[in-house]
Amino acid sequence: MKTIKTYVTALISALLIFSPVAYADKWSDQFPHIKATGDIPGECSYESISKKNYKGKTLKINTHAVPVMGEPTALHAEQFAKLTGATVDVTHTPAGDLYSKAMVPFQAGQAPYDIVFGFSNFINDWKRYLAPVPKKYTEMRQMKDVTKSHIGVASWDGVMYQFPVDGDRHYLKYRKDVIDNPKYQAKYKADTGKTLRVPKTWKEYGEIAAYFNGWDWDGDGELEYGAAEVMKKDDLMFAAFFSRSVAYSKNPRTPGGFFFDLETMKPLINNPGFVEALGDWVEATKYVPPGGMNFGLGDEINSFGGGQTLFSFSWDDALIAAMQDDSPIKNKVAAAPLPGADRVWNRVTGKWENQYNQAPYIVWGWAVGVAKQSKVQEMAFDYLCFFANDANHQADLAIGRFGVNPFKKSDFDPNIYIDTMGWDPEIARSYTETLLGMEEKSTNRVFPLRVPGVFEFTGAVAVGTSKALAGQLSPQEALDEVAKEWEAILDRVGKDNVRDAYAVGVKMEDNKL
Amino acid sequence: MNFKHKYVFLFPGLFVLIGILIFPIVFTVRLSLSGWNSYNPELNFIGLDNYVRLFTEDPRFWEAFFRLTFLSVTTVILQYIIGFALALMVWRDIKFKRFFRVMFLIPMMTTPVIMTVIWRTFFHESLGPVNDLLSVFGVAPKWLTDPALAKITVIIVEVWQWTPFMFLLLLAGLLSLPKEPFLAAAIDGAGPIRKFVYVTFPLMAPISIGAIIIRLIEASKIMDTVFVLTSGGPGTSTETSTFYIFIRGLREFQMGYAATLSFTYLIIMIISLTIIAKVLTKLMIKD
Repeated sequence: MKTIKTYVTALISALLIFSPVAYADKWSDQFPHIKATGDIPGECSYESISKKNYKGKTLKINTHAVPVMGEPTALHAEQFAKLTGATVDVTHTPAGDLYSKAMVPFQAGQAPYDIVFGFSNFINDWKRYLAPVPKKYTEMRQMKDVTKSHIGVASWDGVMYQFPVDGDRHYLKYRKDVIDNPKYQAKYKADTGKTLRVPKTWKEYGEIAAYFNGWDWDGDGELEYGAAEVMKKDDLMFAAFFSRSVAYSKNPRTPGGFFFDLETMKPLINNPGFVEALGDWVEATKYVPPGGMNFGLGDEINSFGGGQTLFSFSWDDALIAAMQDDSPIKNKVAAAPLPGADRVWNRVTGKWENQYNQAPYIVWGWAVGVAKQSKVQEMAFDYLCFFANDANHQADLAIGRFGVNPFKKSDFDPNIYIDTMGWDPEIARSYTETLLGMEEKSTNRVFPLRVPGVFEFTGAVAVGTSKALAGQLSPQEALDEVAKEWEAILDRVGKDNVRDAYAVGVKMEDNKL
Repeated sequence: MNFKHKYVFLFPGLFVLIGILIFPIVFTVRLSLSGWNSYNPELNFIGLDNYVRLFTEDPRFWEAFFRLTFLSVTTVILQYIIGFALALMVWRDIKFKRFFRVMFLIPMMTTPVIMTVIWRTFFHESLGPVNDLLSVFGVAPKWLTDPALAKITVIIVEVWQWTPFMFLLLLAGLLSLPKEPFLAAAIDGAGPIRKFVYVTFPLMAPISIGAIIIRLIEASKIMDTVFVLTSGGPGTSTETSTFYIFIRGLREFQMGYAATLSFTYLIIMIISLTIIAKVLTKLMIKD
């Protein structure tokens, strides 16, 4: 009898110990996408969602074109349909049309899509047409894992309108095999008298990039260049400009606005900090690859990811592309915070402060919401929750073309990248520490502009900075033109309207939300 | 007999006309008098405010318009010259005439956006084959990042894509010409140049005017080439009116103002094309 009891106890113990594995296998057999982790228990896991029955119901989604965000949307739609019996229709739309494709029917009082994908800076214009994320989801464990920066990005004044499925910020990517190479460190020291290291300031970034521009420093028989940057007009270039501006203009001692002075609503875009940043950027045209002034995001990813340049800064994609298995520079790159500056503009005193300053730019990224007029809101939120469940999210992170990047605290465990993606431990640590430092630790962050007429403001920046890069205007003239245009937009939209909206972003920047 | 019922048969055509032509124009005019945008989603009435803004505060539109004029006139002149030359070539009895006729039409049959992406790859300054070939001679033009060269690149792509259309119209014209004037010229001993100057060209004048006007209308709507090749850059050096209206309307969602720009642009085009047609008729048609 005692022997039987021992066997039964051992069997039960074994079942309990190995149950997660058996549980994972059950779902990863059917859905190979999650084969690396299996299902991970949670509110919207495969197991939980399979208990829902949406047979006879149709979910309509408007998402981006394949592959970036479009491919994971379609993949998870197919999985969701299989698990719940729902019919899911996915429409793919080019990035430039995502806003208007949702906005036109929204404004006409229609909801042709239950779920609309877009960018996080649409939130101010879209929020009146979106259903707030229900408490059931905002209070679940999966949501508690989202970083405070991305809870802020997805919310408006404390109310979440966009369901977090992706995380975005700009940071520096560099060729580790060059910067950490003792041979090049000695050569750089001998030639310039300076130390070759990960640049701490934009000036240092420029000097190193210029030094490594136009010669074959990796011995592949091709010329390499200093940096790949998004400089093509209207192709997200304004975000690149803001990334370069934060170091000079986001002064932690002068709260109350980065883009505008919240009190007076005077545009700050042409203050000496922004002008200095634009001056640096004009210099950068000398160390980008030939044609680099016409590089959009795709070109930047391909250029750095393909091993053509020493530096790059923007979203995660270039680093992920460089770290994919088929990349010629896998495990030769690393991440670091955006460079800072040796001085920062104080808009209150109207003087430069000669001290080091660095500020992360939590740039806008992919966002998704559920239409207020949708008749299947519960199913829509379940889909989004399923999209971002831990198993799907970890699998999505490993596929560069999906465009899904870290936004959960658990994403910043370097072991995820070491074990499942084969990253070098040091590189994985540089990546997770850089991102975590921006997301959770920094108190000097800049968030995207989220005000009425945001595209008019950013469009003016694109035109002005583009003129400076092309040599049509000096940096000061270009930004004076932008400031004048911003004043005109403020007059049209109404200063108070913009101020009310901008105040919400300033609260986040000033760490009051 | 009462034939009043005959008007009933006009209704289908009238409905189509109202639906696809009159209504959009009337709606655009109404929209242009509103402040509809992302933060004010209403068809409110703001009078002529948008027009005042256009004529007093928006030099970018006018710069884009003059740039467009330069680009469209240059491309159409080049298309006319090249198209006419090609049409004359295959009008004659040459070997593989049919093959060449089909060959010359291929660019027009391709999708403009796709072909522009391919051209962009060709002209890519660090990865493209054009500069790779030119590097043999030690030159590396900045096809897409130099303000002047970027305009030329846009012209090259436009000429490549749309010369076949000009070729097609002019070849059709040549094939429809009567034979007698050419026989008379031959009897009078006219050589090929005289025949062209005194017979072919004057006979082709009405068709040429039609072809030029059609191409000018199309060229003035240039959008996809600019969008894919340069996004209007570097700076604003290749930004055209249509691309600018697209930015204001569908990027910045200033629907009311974009309607103002569109309607103004339509009026300008109607007036200028009418004048151009009259001038061309006066210059090219003697009697």
